[in-house]
Amino acid sequence: MTDTAHTSPVLTTQDGVPLKVSIARATRRQKFRAFLLVSPLLLFILITFTAPIVDMLYRSVENDIVSETLPETVVALEGWDESSGEIPGENVFAALSRDLAIAAEEKTHTRLGSRLNYENPGMSSLFRKTGRRVGRMDEGNYTEQFIDIDADWGAPKTWQVIKQFSSPITAGYFLAAVDAERTPEDGLQFKPSDERIYLFLFWRTLLLSVTITAMCILLGYPIAFLLSNLPMRTSNLLMILVLLPFWTSLLVRTSAWKVLLQQQGVINDTLVWIGLVGDDSRLQLINNQTGTVIAMTHILLPFMILPLFSVMKTISPTYMRAAKSMGASDWYAFWRVYFPQTVPGIGAGSILVFILSIGYYITPELVGGTSGIFISNRIAYHISSSLNWGLAAALGVILLTVVLVLYWLYDKIVGIDNVKLG
Amino acid sequence: MASALPPYASAGQRAWFYSFRIICGLIFFFLIFPVLIIIPLSFNAEDFFTFTPKMLALDPEGYSLKHYRDFFTNPDWQGAMWNSIAIAPAATILATGFGTLAAIGLSQSNMPFRSAVMALLISPMIVPLIISAAGMYFFYSRIGLQGTYMGVVLAHAALGTPFVIITVTATLVGFDQSLVRAAANLGADPVTTFFKVQMPLILPGVISGALFAFITSFDEVVVVLFLGSAAQKTLPWQMFTGLREQISPTILAVATLLVAISIALLTTLELLRRRSERLRGLTPG
Amino acid sequence: MKLKSLLIAATALTMSVPAAFAEDMTIVSWGGAYSASQNNAYHKPYMAMHPDVNIINDESSNEAVAKLRAMNEAGNVTWDVVDVVASDAIRLCDEGLAVEINADEELAPAPDGTPASEDFGDLLVSECFIPQIVYSTTFGYRTDMVGDTPPTDVCAVFDTEKYPGKRSLEKRPINNVEWALLCDGVAKEDIYDVLSTPEGVDQALAKLATIKDDVIWWSAGAETPQLLADGEVVMGSTYNGRLFSVIEEQKQPVAMLWDAQVFDLDGWIIPAGLPEDRLKRAMDYIYFATDTQRLADQAKYISYGPARKSSAPLVGKHADLGIDMAPHMPTDPENAKNTFLYNYEWWADNRDDLDAKFQAWLAQ
Repeated sequence: MTDTAHTSPVLTTQDGVPLKVSIARATRRQKFRAFLLVSPLLLFILITFTAPIVDMLYRSVENDIVSETLPETVVALEGWDESSGEIPGENVFAALSRDLAIAAEEKTHTRLGSRLNYENPGMSSLFRKTGRRVGRMDEGNYTEQFIDIDADWGAPKTWQVIKQFSSPITAGYFLAAVDAERTPEDGLQFKPSDERIYLFLFWRTLLLSVTITAMCILLGYPIAFLLSNLPMRTSNLLMILVLLPFWTSLLVRTSAWKVLLQQQGVINDTLVWIGLVGDDSRLQLINNQTGTVIAMTHILLPFMILPLFSVMKTISPTYMRAAKSMGASDWYAFWRVYFPQTVPGIGAGSILVFILSIGYYITPELVGGTSGIFISNRIAYHISSSLNWGLAAALGVILLTVVLVLYWLYDKIVGIDNVKLG
Repeated sequence: MASALPPYASAGQRAWFYSFRIICGLIFFFLIFPVLIIIPLSFNAEDFFTFTPKMLALDPEGYSLKHYRDFFTNPDWQGAMWNSIAIAPAATILATGFGTLAAIGLSQSNMPFRSAVMALLISPMIVPLIISAAGMYFFYSRIGLQGTYMGVVLAHAALGTPFVIITVTATLVGFDQSLVRAAANLGADPVTTFFKVQMPLILPGVISGALFAFITSFDEVVVVLFLGSAAQKTLPWQMFTGLREQISPTILAVATLLVAISIALLTTLELLRRRSERLRGLTPG
Repeated sequence: MKLKSLLIAATALTMSVPAAFAEDMTIVSWGGAYSASQNNAYHKPYMAMHPDVNIINDESSNEAVAKLRAMNEAGNVTWDVVDVVASDAIRLCDEGLAVEINADEELAPAPDGTPASEDFGDLLVSECFIPQIVYSTTFGYRTDMVGDTPPTDVCAVFDTEKYPGKRSLEKRPINNVEWALLCDGVAKEDIYDVLSTPEGVDQALAKLATIKDDVIWWSAGAETPQLLADGEVVMGSTYNGRLFSVIEEQKQPVAMLWDAQVFDLDGWIIPAGLPEDRLKRAMDYIYFATDTQRLADQAKYISYGPARKSSAPLVGKHADLGIDMAPHMPTDPENAKNTFLYNYEWWADNRDDLDAKFQAWLAQ
């Protein structure tokens, strides 16, 4: 346009800046603006959410309590061979007496006892008992004095546990979270079968979540299809039926399912009254996996219907008409033309339902009985009852990793932008 | 296909048409029945979640308003209700404000580290609640936010933002960026462009995101159980204590009231939508 | 009310630190009827005597252990007095999260001058724990579902021949394994020795396995009363106060089975790390709330036994129902013919381990 534009080998803008530079600058500015728009929320989430979670998850490996409470003992134990089957020498017992005297003064010995009790039952009372008497110990011959307080001090197992958990970072919680343990004699191995629970619970949580997701697809698809094909007035009214349960408290809906599903409940009463079921053979619908699946499907169904609906809403009916005009049967037109277009909606709904169901614990706790509880129930137990936060965090990390891998897969396959909620 | 049956439909199509409607009716029944069942139970004269023989015989003695009375006179319930009413909107405003801005940024094609940022921002939805609750509890205690309205509001806002981001980015996918350029060409500054051009068009997404954020806060029990203190007790917390300590149909009375409010709210929204469509010249379908 | 809470919310939004009024004292308890009884027997008279103190009820006892730990680590303890069960008190004491109490110096003596440590006796199970009530976990049964021979023995729970139908048991090993061994022929005094061996645990679980299909497992104390009222179970374990409420207040066809009831204690702890003035106030409250008369007063509102020996003769009638409360106390000699006292030391050591085994067994 200007002279320079004609003469110069590089394109420039009106004010003479090379076009490439100008575009780069504009892009940079746009990038910056986009980032500026995101940054308030990013900062907000980082502070209010990410930092707390990272802090929590770090507990899954943190283990400085042993080396902090028993510093001298930990050093002295370095010279002891834990696979020897013998208890450590007098120098270790002497160090222990000095460490415990200080710990008992500061009342940290019982805390250490609770920590080690997770690894070896009995440590809690061992430390409590020893702490009471360690102040009154005589000089010398500590080995005998300790064994006199409690015979467990003469058991190599006690010392193996202390030594094994003396490093400030431990993999112990993660091992426990996959039902494994490390012993000096046998190395890494699974726990005895009557103590294995977490792998099984992870597996069951995944299985039940998949079942619930499948149920939601099964029930949600027809509803979304109907809603998206009805005139808007009718569909919006029917939408209230979908949204109403969504707005009703989770606790209330769970209680309602109890009223409905129990053996003396509404559904069984009705079935008996109709005569489909004998009075003495009432169906077991709650306090098992059936109850969990029914109640959770009900709770999560709107999360399937809404994204499906918003995707189906955008599918033009002309495709189906075109297919049919060319001779496709109803079913063939639906299956080959309509259905593929709804797959992003199914994907979005499934990922929402699956992610939400994997982390639920209140509903399974209330209606799941023993066969319908999820891994989150155990996480909650370790956080609020047993205080074994390290194990809870380790279980949480594993669960989170599973969810993130699924999320990543989903993002690769469907793309997170296709998640629509309505 | 589902909306009306053409006159030339075959017998098979007819059968399928009606059986499909029946299936859908059954699914709707599944959705709504547990919500409806709580309504008669909330008028129970006894303190259990049970249909008593008197209720089944429709004996007026089997019914009573005492659980409603309890709700309106018990300071615990009243306090919990006002707390919920104070906390949920505050969390919704925060979540919607931050979330909408971020969604606009995220939907610009040249946003750096897009998927990583998106994953981070969605994470409050995917971390199991009990982990979030414990982590936040611990962290907020250290910075003095535990047991404050501020702390609960911030936590609920964080939990609500993923929904806002998802809904708003979804509406922005169909948003024509040339409208923004046109507005700029005509001399509008970015703020005016946002409120006059962009906002009205993405409003449906913002509203539905806000609804999700609101319900997230209004129905949330695990996080508030940890983060709140007595002064921040919300309705779900009060319900949870009620279920654990003494089964009392008061929670059903509360739920019935909430269902009534939801119906009123949803109907109002629908009427508003029809009105706005009329104003925009679209005929309601 | 509405305006006030909105204002509070608004000010809280602008300030990051809560506006703590000097005279507020936060007392944490369980909620429901239990909190109500404490409110009537302790809080109201205390506030009447000390107009400068305002007691705030926090119903977080269920999460108390976890919350206290986080508060302590953060150095920001917002609670003044906390109601916990004895086993939690021991855990808190071990973790250094509760203040140690010298009973004779810091608690009121009995009216006749007996020092507190003697008046509470064995119930002072931890240095940090101030007992308040004795409750028991025991069974209730539907009177209309047991035929003409109502159960008198706890082993009826394991007898599905004679008493068909579901039973409800708590979803944790505590109490259940003891009952199982007792009904499997183990003498009462040997139970914990047997349980200390892996074979003993297997034996208890094997006994429980005989009724596994007939059990509904509960985790909240309110569940068994609801299940009994619905006729969903023929018998079920829960806290005796809940059963009292079902029987006497709700008039349901339910009766108590006191045999082999397990005594447990509920009481106060004071969190470690309180500032001097709040600690002093909390101690003053505890001194008042655990004296002989106050403990006896609580029994007017709920059927749990006062933890002091000297309170027992003062237990009167129910405040609303006007019935004598003494026969409904778990400690009443008629009810306490065959009892257990929760073995705190043993469970503190073995709780986590046995719980893992129990949950693994349940999940199978």
